[in-house]
Parts: sequence; structure tokens; C-alpha cells
Amino acid sequence: MTYSWLKRARVVISLIFLVAISTLFLDYKRLVPEVWFSPVLSLQFVPSLLKFIHILSLTAFGFIVVIILTVLFGRVYCSTICPLGILQDVVSWISKKFKSREKRRYGYGKPYTILRYTLLVAVLIVLLLGSSWLILILDPYSNFGRILIYFIKPVLVGLNNLGAPVMEKLKIYAVLVPVDLKPIPVAAYIVPVTVLALVVWMSVTKGRLYCNSVCPVGTFLGFISKFAIFKIRLDTNTCTLCRACEFTCKSSCIDLETFEVDYSRCVACFNCVSSCKFDAAGFQAKPLKVKPVTVESASVDTSQTDTGKRRFIAGTIALLLGSAGLAQNIPVRDTTKPVPKNALPTTIPEDKKFPVSPPGSIGLHSFTLHCTACSLCINACPTDVLQPSFLQFGLTGIMQPYMDYHSGFCNYDCKRCGEVCPTGAILPLILEDKKLAQIGKTHFVKDNCIVKTDKTDCGACSEHCPTKAVHMIPYEGTLVIPEVKEEICIGCGACEHACPTTPFKAIYVDGNEIHKIAEKPKEVKAKNPLEKTGDFPF
Amino acid sequence: MKRREFFVKSAGAGLGFTAVMSLGRLPAAFAATPGSAYDMAAVMGGAPDVMFDKAIRAMGGMSAYVKKGQRVVIKPNIGWDVPPDRGANTNPLLVKRIVEHCIQAGAKEVLVFDNTCDTWTKCYKTSGIESYVKKAGGKVVPGNTEGYYQQVTIPQGKRLKNAKVHELVLEADVYIDVPVLKSHDSAKLTISMKNLMGAVWDRRYWHRNDLHQCIADFATFHRKPDLVVVDAYNVMMKNGPRGISKNDIVNMKAQIVTTDMVAADAAAAKMFGVDPASIPYIRLADEAKAGTMDLQSLNISRIKV
Repeated sequence: MTYSWLKRARVVISLIFLVAISTLFLDYKRLVPEVWFSPVLSLQFVPSLLKFIHILSLTAFGFIVVIILTVLFGRVYCSTICPLGILQDVVSWISKKFKSREKRRYGYGKPYTILRYTLLVAVLIVLLLGSSWLILILDPYSNFGRILIYFIKPVLVGLNNLGAPVMEKLKIYAVLVPVDLKPIPVAAYIVPVTVLALVVWMSVTKGRLYCNSVCPVGTFLGFISKFAIFKIRLDTNTCTLCRACEFTCKSSCIDLETFEVDYSRCVACFNCVSSCKFDAAGFQAKPLKVKPVTVESASVDTSQTDTGKRRFIAGTIALLLGSAGLAQNIPVRDTTKPVPKNALPTTIPEDKKFPVSPPGSIGLHSFTLHCTACSLCINACPTDVLQPSFLQFGLTGIMQPYMDYHSGFCNYDCKRCGEVCPTGAILPLILEDKKLAQIGKTHFVKDNCIVKTDKTDCGACSEHCPTKAVHMIPYEGTLVIPEVKEEICIGCGACEHACPTTPFKAIYVDGNEIHKIAEKPKEVKAKNPLEKTGDFPF
Repeated sequence: MKRREFFVKSAGAGLGFTAVMSLGRLPAAFAATPGSAYDMAAVMGGAPDVMFDKAIRAMGGMSAYVKKGQRVVIKPNIGWDVPPDRGANTNPLLVKRIVEHCIQAGAKEVLVFDNTCDTWTKCYKTSGIESYVKKAGGKVVPGNTEGYYQQVTIPQGKRLKNAKVHELVLEADVYIDVPVLKSHDSAKLTISMKNLMGAVWDRRYWHRNDLHQCIADFATFHRKPDLVVVDAYNVMMKNGPRGISKNDIVNMKAQIVTTDMVAADAAAAKMFGVDPASIPYIRLADEAKAGTMDLQSLNISRIKV
């Protein structure tokens, strides 16, 4: 029991990570300051790696730390840092409460070597071909984020909104105030529902099977952890073959028939060392006494799977090359149409050629390449303008957030999405730059405009425009009508959001495929009308 | 929910609880200001809080409007996520001073809200109004979800016959409208009548159904403000209502206090250098007898600090 503290330490650290990361995702009141996001998320492997590739800066060093940790101690990342891994432990732990003693036991199982290496290679190939779509679906951190945003947050906000009227009745207008929850497109639920079902089923029945058969990060770190310095070591002299370690092994990687531990699957949970009453399972740099025969049988086993692995990989490359064609960025027109409310419904459809990606994302290609749709920004955005896409970025960009101007508009003085994004898909901008980042351009459709159709003043668009790119010019009589100065428009969507016409807006933002820099609005000092007299004009 | 239905019915029929309670009040436009010889106080040359002290004294003191144990609702303009020196929102110092006067007059509760254009949490914070109201002992209330708004009818409305009004307004014993004077792209000027667009839910309806007529229509709604305080301290002369920079602002250091929204808007328009009759909604509201834009007919206390 010398090493039983290891398990306790693992549980404590993992819960700290789980709570910290969950807080960032579920902070629907947006109380957590932006500066806390990066420290909490910096060790997430895929986001850190993507950010490193994207900006070629060592500031995104998290994945290197993870590799070093793995070389030293094995897959401690999987057991303490990865939120999806920790979530599986929580699910297994809860499910055990409902199981008989017999059923609670794990046991040795064969590895799904072909499956896991195929998925890893597939992710890498698709990534090299310039798309993040497979990593987007398989990254454990992003999957965890989506589970929180798609399933847990609506429940949390729902509870908040149930409590709010009670508080309101008590005349307390604080703590619980109603929160507007924008519905996520049903089609975007396909991936999160599938992954959640798979993760729950696997963790209930087989512990960490997901991490050892599907997760590309698990497979990659598993490969490294074979060469880790500190490992679980079995002592054949003191072992009584009670199988306590095997029964508690979530990874099914201890084989007491051969006295072999499959280090590629061991997630360093330390259940075995804490369950062993005889200290026959240890966590050490040097091997304990091991029967030589097991080493031989193990090596034979590996070489066999290796050939199978290669054959399978070769066979699937062609398929992947084909499917990578899907990875091309396919802009799709926004088909959401609100119910007509005008006396005279507008007739000219909005002609959007590109979706709008958030400020700091450089352009559509860069954004879709680096975003893993973890959905952190969707919760962090105070205006709810960032919404999960369905087809806006094409099928391969499913769930990646886009600027949905029906839902909200980009706050001029806000740059929170770039500050929280862990992958660098949305890079942080200083406020002055953000205010000039032109993510799209406004188009005015005069024939849809109230001022022309109804001959009444409106101007909601210009009212909301923060740069006055949309401003009012004289029209008929005393009426004024909008005009767009494209060069100072930043594409924030305030005009489109405010425009009251239905079913089609009279003013809308078409995304910039590559973001541009807008000109600064010209400023002239205002004059005081009372300056001359200095007296009341009445 | 029952309370809400009750309001819908009572306000709709004009016979319910609210209507009975408001029978005691004469329409603001025709009511003689209690305890004061003046219909309006106009102040120039001081800080917002100092000017309010002078103005409310001329108008008979806050106790003429707020009685002990009453619930006061203040509707400033908190529409934008913009700091106080940009003049896009009502000056927080003024709102604070009004809250203090109400509490001094014995108000049980002073509540402040707006249905903002930018995200409400950001507006409440950046405008400084949230922290100033709390400091003064008042409360800020969100206006961000439809659940807060109750359907009412506007019998005199020409285009706006129904609206969803924030429940605070309908429940208030005393209702104070505290707009900031600004240029406005669609309404030309935004003052006290336009400010009440932030007390209703569906603004888009107003925009697509003759904005000026809707603003004037809503000014005829029976629950009129009991007091109107126009903040003209930092006045946005152009690029309103949001403004681009401080260059849009003139430090006019003025304030208008009255009980008549139409008169308030007429006076403020003049301060802005615009003929009130050239602003369609002021003229329409005057014609609908929601108040008067004839400043000659009013007894005005002109105060220079």
C-alpha cells in the first residue's frame, strides 16, 4: 500500500481540473475574467497543439509539457488533465453504485490496436490535407466542451429560469435573473449525442475503453507512454495472484496470465497500486522482478498486431483521401427565415455569399482549419452572436461557431472570444485592432427598406451602427434613408440584427472570406448650440 | 403567472386594479404641479447632481412626487455599452441623485431598469448606472426577457394600439422618466418620449410601423411618467444614439425637470437648437394632447448655477 497516495493525488488533481474547466464552460453569467481561461486550458493537448501549429509560437507550449509528462510518468494526462477522461471516471464511479460486486470488476481485455491507430492516422492525414473536421469530432477536450454546452448548460439555464420568477415574486432582482438561451440547431446535436452515448456506454461497461479505442490523443500518448520512465511494475515474487489489480484496472491493460501491463493503454490511474495489499504493483522507474517468458510472448504479440495495423491503415488511406474532399470549405446560404410580420413582406432575399467568422479568426479558411468546435466561445460571448453552425461552414465545419446576426450582434467594445479561444482559431486582438477588424461588409437592399416601402422613418440600422458606416441621408420630403460607407464597416451585424423587416432584412452582412482592416471613422468636434448666447433658448 | 394574467386583463380593460389606483392621478399634462408654482424647471451651468437639487426644489421638492412607503421606478437611458463621458446613456451621477432624493422622501424601494440595445449586463455596468444606483440604495432590475413585459392596450394609439410594457412600470407608485438628450438617426432626437421605447418589449414593431407615430402613440398611454428629468449635461450632437467618440459630445451642462413629456421634449429640442415642431413625434404627441409643446403657456423656473 506504499503507493496508495498516488490514487488519492490523481483523484484530487483530476477533480480540480474537472471543476475548473467545467466552470469556464458553464459560466452562463460570464463572470469568470478572460485571464483565467488560458491558464486553466493551456494543458489541453489538441487545442495547444493546434495553436502551436497556427501561430508557431512557444507560448502554446502545453502539449510539449504533456509529452514530457507522458515520457516521465505515462498517460497522467488522460487520468488527471483530460476532462473527457475524468468525466468517464465519474460516470464509471456512479454506475458502480448500481452494480453487483461481480459486475463491478474489470478484467484484462485485448487492445483495439487497428481501430485506434487507424483513427489517429486518419486525423493526421485529414489535418495535413487542411481540415480540422476529424479532430473536431474526436478531440476529447472539444467533445467534453460540447457535452457541457449542448446538454448541461441548457439544464442549468433552465433551472435558473425556473428560479428567476420566484425571485421576481419576492421582489429580488438579483442572483437569479432570466437568461436568454438561444436554441442550438437540432442537426448540430448529431455529433454530441453520438459521442455522449458512446462515452457513457463504454465507461459504464468497460471503464476507459473510449480512451483506448477511439481517442486519438489517447492513442498518441499511449504510444509514447510505452517508453515512459515511471511505470506500473508488477512484482512476481510478492504477487499472490489475487487479481485485485486486474479487477480495478479501468483500462483492462493488466494481464496476470503473462504478468504484462499494456503501457499503451495504461492511463496511470493508480487503481492497481492502491488496490494491491502486498505492494506487488508499484509505480517505479526500474522494473520489478518479472518472469522472462512474459517478455517474449509480449514482443511476439506486438509484431503481429503491427502488420495488421499497417495493412489496415494502407487500406483506409484511399477512403480518407476521398472523404477529405468534404473538408473543403463550402459556404452555404443562411436559410433561416423568420415569420413575416410586415404589412408588406419584403421580397428580395438576402444574398449572403459567405458566413461571418468571429473577429480575430483571420478568415474563413484559417478559422475552420483551427477551430475544434469546443464551443467555449459560444458560452463566453456576452451577446449570443456566436452560435453553433450547421451548414454555414459546410458539412465539415459542423458545430463550428459563426456570427448569427439573427441571434445577436458583435459588441463593439468586446473581444472576449479571442481571449478565451484555446486553439487560436480566434486569436486575441487588442481592442483598437478589434474595432477595425472587418469580418464582413454590410449590404443595403433599398427595395426592402421600410423608408422606401412604407414611406415612414425607421433608421434602426444606423441607430445601432457603432462606426456610422450605416448612416442616414435625405430621402423623400423629411424622410431619411440608410447609406453604407463600406470602408468603415466592420461587419458587426448590429444593423442586420436591428433591421425590423421580414421575412428578408433590408440590410445584412456578407462575410469576408479573408478579414480586412476597416478605415477609422472620421471625427469632427461637435459645436455647442448654446455657446453664443449662453442662455435658455425659451 | 396569475399576477401577469391579472395585469393583462386589468390593463387591457382599463378597469382593473391599476386603473382604479391611477384614478387618483390627473393626466400629467393637465395636473398642476403639487406644491409648486412652476410647470417646469430648467437649469444650466452645474454638475448633474447639483442641477437636480436646484430643479427639484423649484418643482416643490421630491416629497411632492414620492410619498412614504411608495415604490419608485426610474427609467433612465442605459441603452449602450458606452462609458458616461460619451453621453450615450443618462448620466449616472444624476440617476444616483434622483435615487437619493426618492429615498429621502421615504420611498420604500427605488428600482431602475432599461430594455437595452447592447447586452444589458454590459450596459448596466459600463454606463456606471448599476454601481451608482446601488451606492444610493436603489436596485437595478433587468429588462432583458419578454417575461417581464405585460400586454397593454393604447386606446388613443393610431398605429401602436398594443404594447408589452415592463411590469415595473405598471406596478410603480411613482414612475420617473430620466432620458438623456441626444441626436438620433431615426427619431432625429431622443428625449423623454423616445426613452420610453426602452420600457416596452418589441421595438422592431415601432420601427416598421411609422416610428414617429408609435412614439407619439405611446405618449398617450395612461401610465405616464410622474416626473421627467432630461439630462442635458453631456449632449451627443451627432452620430446618435450610440455615438462614435467624445467628439460627438458637447458639455452643455443643462437639465430640464417637468411632469409633461411633450413639454420636456420641446424644451430639450430648443436647447439642442432644433424647432420642436420639426420633430414629427413631438408635434404628433402635442396634437394628441399627450402634453403641450407650447412652452409659452408654461410657467418655467430658469435657474443658472
